[in-house]
Amino acid sequence: MQVPAPFEYERATSVDHAISLLERLGGTARLIAGGHSLLPMMKLRLANFDYLIDINDLHGELGYVEAGPDEVRIGALTRHRELLESPVLAAAFPIFADAERVIADPVVRNRGTLGGSLCQADPSEDLSAVCTTLDARCVIRGPGGAERVVSMEEFHVGPYETAVADDEILVEIRLPVRPGCGSAYAKVERRAGDWAVVSAGAAVWLDGGAIVDARVGLAAVGPNTTGIPAISAALRGQEPSESLYEQAGTIAADSCDPVTDQRGSAEYKRHLAAELTRRTLRRAVERARS
Amino acid sequence: MQVTMTVNDVEVTREIEARLLLVHFLRDVLGLTGTHWGCDTSNCGTCVVWLDGEPVKSCTVLAAMAGGHQVRTVEGLAKGAELDPIQQGFMQCHGLQCGFCTPGMMMTARALLDRNPDPSETEIREAISGQICRCTGYATIVRSVRWAAVAEAQAATQVTETTESSEAGEIDNAGQPAEAVA
Ligand SMILES: Cc1cc2nc3c(=O)[nH]c(=O)nc-3n(C[C@H](O)[C@H](O)[C@H](O)COP(=O)(O)OP(=O)(O)OC[C@H]3O[C@@H](n4cnc5c(N)ncnc54)[C@H](O)[C@@H]3O)c2cc1C
Ligand code: FES
Ligand code: FES
Repeated sequence: MQVPAPFEYERATSVDHAISLLERLGGTARLIAGGHSLLPMMKLRLANFDYLIDINDLHGELGYVEAGPDEVRIGALTRHRELLESPVLAAAFPIFADAERVIADPVVRNRGTLGGSLCQADPSEDLSAVCTTLDARCVIRGPGGAERVVSMEEFHVGPYETAVADDEILVEIRLPVRPGCGSAYAKVERRAGDWAVVSAGAAVWLDGGAIVDARVGLAAVGPNTTGIPAISAALRGQEPSESLYEQAGTIAADSCDPVTDQRGSAEYKRHLAAELTRRTLRRAVERARS
Repeated sequence: MQVTMTVNDVEVTREIEARLLLVHFLRDVLGLTGTHWGCDTSNCGTCVVWLDGEPVKSCTVLAAMAGGHQVRTVEGLAKGAELDPIQQGFMQCHGLQCGFCTPGMMMTARALLDRNPDPSETEIREAISGQICRCTGYATIVRSVRWAAVAEAQAATQVTETTESSEAGEIDNAGQPAEAVA
């Protein structure tokens, strides 16, 4: 029987209450959202904390998807299933539904949250790749209501490490809305609901048939939250074509850093990075045109 | 710490350790051993119960997190002596062999039918994709859920028909909906 080591449980009643608890308890405390990354780690004793602060009661405050003229805002406690079923995201960023369909399984998706996924900062996390692809901004709130907004590159300091300090909480993700957008996500997994061997997200912005901008986010092939600037540079101003996707795939394979493990060899993963980049770009362009 | 939650419509209060998982609370503290516990790693889905009406893997939820919330387990599926159509479906279509995965499968299936009364085979397979059965190979589980969907649809039309013309519905005398038997 796997159980976590002993800890004290606190329940936050508001975002500010959660922050004041974090301020008081310091680095010995952790927030628990869906718990579907934290509890497995604590059961395996890969992580131990003296206090867990349950933020599930903040779903009313932090569970939302809202479309604005310039950006779509998503609360950190929005659950996977809500992302999958959101009509706002289906219209603006179909990449979310593509990704959510292959994240874990429906029962896990009832619990896991966007904020928990990003804060876990597992290099295989699908939503990190999605948010990188869409050039998301992360809103972090700290003591005294102070908020700061960081890019995904700044947010992910390293594997399992984020820019969120011990007395801070991720409250919102903001996705910039630009015209002519199409986006898509694809993943290769060993079996249904498994973590990615490799996955790729692509977003393109078209104007008059030409690519104004493009971004690609990869998961499970090393810490990569850059949206691969070399791909953006190579695609900007070009007409979409198979040879262009080919070129982007080659750049993707060259700019990732996979390791050989039980999911596959580094060489195989580079091949997948290239192929999935081609496929998602192709699909993103189709969607931008339709 | 003290936790109070409603389990199968009954309010329970217990003194627990904060680290106690919901699955162990249900089984070891309340003695509701219908909820099974298999992999411990959130993969097998045998521990699925409802939290506020949604299926969750109870080995990955703290009992403390369920405090103040509604929990439903397989013990709460039947209405008194009358089995839920999902339970009848699993009996009629041999949806179980050893029965280990069955409580979790039934809880997920009931939640599916509540949202989508006429799911396709693909939708059923998708809904139970986080749950492992080592016995039946899923075919009979899918058939059981379809049986329940058809039975419920027929029961609904039968009610309308009886009120209109007291005609018998399509459920045959073994209680099997026509489509699911074929
Ligand atoms: C069987 C299984 C399969 C899975 N498969 C996949 C998969 O294929 N792809 C995938 O991407 N994920 C997968 N996951 C992970 C799943 O998506 C998790 O739910 C998710 O990674 C974490 O979200 P959570 O809300 O459960 O976070 P938690 O486990 O509650 O928290 C994770 C971390 O984030 C911190 N945190 C949470 N919310 C905040 C916040 N608002 N501000 C600051 N810190 C915060 C916590 O303190 C903790 O350190 C899987 C999980 C399981 C159990
Ligand atoms: S025991 Fe909970 S998923 Fe296996
Ligand atoms: S009936 Fe035996 S595991 Fe499913």
